[in-house]
Amino acid sequence: MALTKTQFGYRRHPDQDRAGANVAEHAIVVVGAGPVGLSLAIDLAQRGQSVVLLDDADRIGEGSRAICFSKRSLEFWDRLGIGQRMIDKGVVWSVGKIFHGDSQLYQFNLLPEEGHKRPAFINLQQFYAEAYLVDRVEELSEIDLRWRNKVTGLEPHNDHVVLSIETPDGPYRLSAQYVIACDGARSSLRRMVGAEFSGQVFEDQFLIADVKMTAAFPTERWFWFDPPFHAGRSALLHKQPDDIWRIDLQLSRDADPAVEKLPENVRPRIARMLGHDKFDFEWISLYKFQCRRMNKFIHGRVIFAGDAAHQVSPFGARGANSGLEDAENLAWKLDRVLRGISPEALLESYHIERSAAADENIRESTRSTDFMAPNSHQEARLRKAVLSLARETEFGKRMVNAGRLSTPSIYETPLSTADSDSWRGGPRPGASMPDAPVAGRTGEPMYLTDAFIGAGTGFTLLEFSNGAAPELPEEIATVRIGGKGGLADSAGLAARRYDAEPGTAYLLRPDGYVAARFRHPTRAALDAALARAAGHN
Amino acid sequence: MALSTSSNFAKPDDACRAIVEAHRGLNDEQSADLDAALVLILANHIGDLDVLKEAIALAARRMLDAGQQQQQQQQ
Repeated sequence: MALTKTQFGYRRHPDQDRAGANVAEHAIVVVGAGPVGLSLAIDLAQRGQSVVLLDDADRIGEGSRAICFSKRSLEFWDRLGIGQRMIDKGVVWSVGKIFHGDSQLYQFNLLPEEGHKRPAFINLQQFYAEAYLVDRVEELSEIDLRWRNKVTGLEPHNDHVVLSIETPDGPYRLSAQYVIACDGARSSLRRMVGAEFSGQVFEDQFLIADVKMTAAFPTERWFWFDPPFHAGRSALLHKQPDDIWRIDLQLSRDADPAVEKLPENVRPRIARMLGHDKFDFEWISLYKFQCRRMNKFIHGRVIFAGDAAHQVSPFGARGANSGLEDAENLAWKLDRVLRGISPEALLESYHIERSAAADENIRESTRSTDFMAPNSHQEARLRKAVLSLARETEFGKRMVNAGRLSTPSIYETPLSTADSDSWRGGPRPGASMPDAPVAGRTGEPMYLTDAFIGAGTGFTLLEFSNGAAPELPEEIATVRIGGKGGLADSAGLAARRYDAEPGTAYLLRPDGYVAARFRHPTRAALDAALARAAGHN
Repeated sequence: MALSTSSNFAKPDDACRAIVEAHRGLNDEQSADLDAALVLILANHIGDLDVLKEAIALAARRMLDAGQQQQQQQQ
């Protein structure tokens, strides 16, 4: 077992000594030190912002909870300087297999092509991810992480928010220009702003068990419909670090949680699944879930991110990953607004982009859930037809839905500049940047995502050189491919993945999404695209 | 492409007959299973979501009509 710190000490802060109306004023207060709040704080700190990060607990959550972290999340964590640590500990996987009864229906590979720095997914217990994030936070003097600081009240004003906070030393108050609520599915800040959180409630119950065993199963995601060991229901098996295996079993709607959760009742069921009972329980939990989101992610100066803003079913790894996408989307915008180089309206694009992503995640995960737990005889009948057609036909396999795994959304956003040139491929405006292998000046192998990080934390122009060096607006950094001093694209994968010709250029936002692209950018076109992406329109 | 509702078979009776005969000897449950599979196979063959949605709307109008008729009978 790797040594990770999971218990943290409460420390009194001088802010708590202030009396009456003389409250400490801060630019940003992030509430909730889970994966989303921690990542957001780090991103903001790396942009030079001071952040107060509050958490009501003093320890990292128990149990594995989220386990699948996506390529996109890993690329974000690379920018935060902790991607490699996550990879080193995590279990890398990209293949999934789907079984029906006792035979395999089909298998899929989520990253079938080479030349990406990061895999499709790693499995890593959430507490490891949180521990590594906390380690990174402790390296950054800009972040003031306060454990056992529970927000109990929120007083909104036009240009700031006053928070009431309960600590072991009693209450205190502080003021923030912006409060970012990353306080989870049962967000108390959401209740304090009086926001609705409505959606679909699912009655189906699932049993989650993390068991420790040494097993020869491959590091793949295995999903069963109607397996012999769990007749009529579905089951999932997935590997985590430290010889821990995640097992997820669908239960009947009327199963009694208290009874089902007893280890003596769980054990025989899992023993049937594994074919032996040489395993120990790490964690057992029974859950139901809801799919819902807030109507507005922004309530005055309080902005919601992660599970506090939206909740999905667990099938598809869309919970933690979408929260991390919220964080990377918000950090650069909030930084620019606080610096006064973008108008406050830029923040509205956070709501536009991420609420649409939440809708997409809810839609996808609801479909997966409905397929796994049909709601009527006819739904069950259609599913039976799909599963049986999947044995014989390609289209049937593609209709089997055992969780469509998280991929980044493509944003329809006012920050994008619509294409005016013609493209046969490549990421369109609003899409995230694809990776590709390249070589640096001395021939050292690296990836496009490395070069993007190396270019800084602002807007970046990815240019495919044609010999000319276009004049750039001052704040745009450059990643040049080909030409003198440029990166070498010897395998030609960068050019192919970006549908590039000499002269092609992509304007990338600070979060690595495409803002605009041109066959031959002019200064005027770049100025206009930059202004739009920075929220000046 | 829009949903075609003009007659596409040279011999429509043969098509109708083929479907009827496929159900011969099946009980209601089996018939419903057959229809479910057939719908999925044909939907995939069409391969056009807009056409499929039009077809669903046209089919669903039967339920509406049946409901209205029932209401009228009750009145």
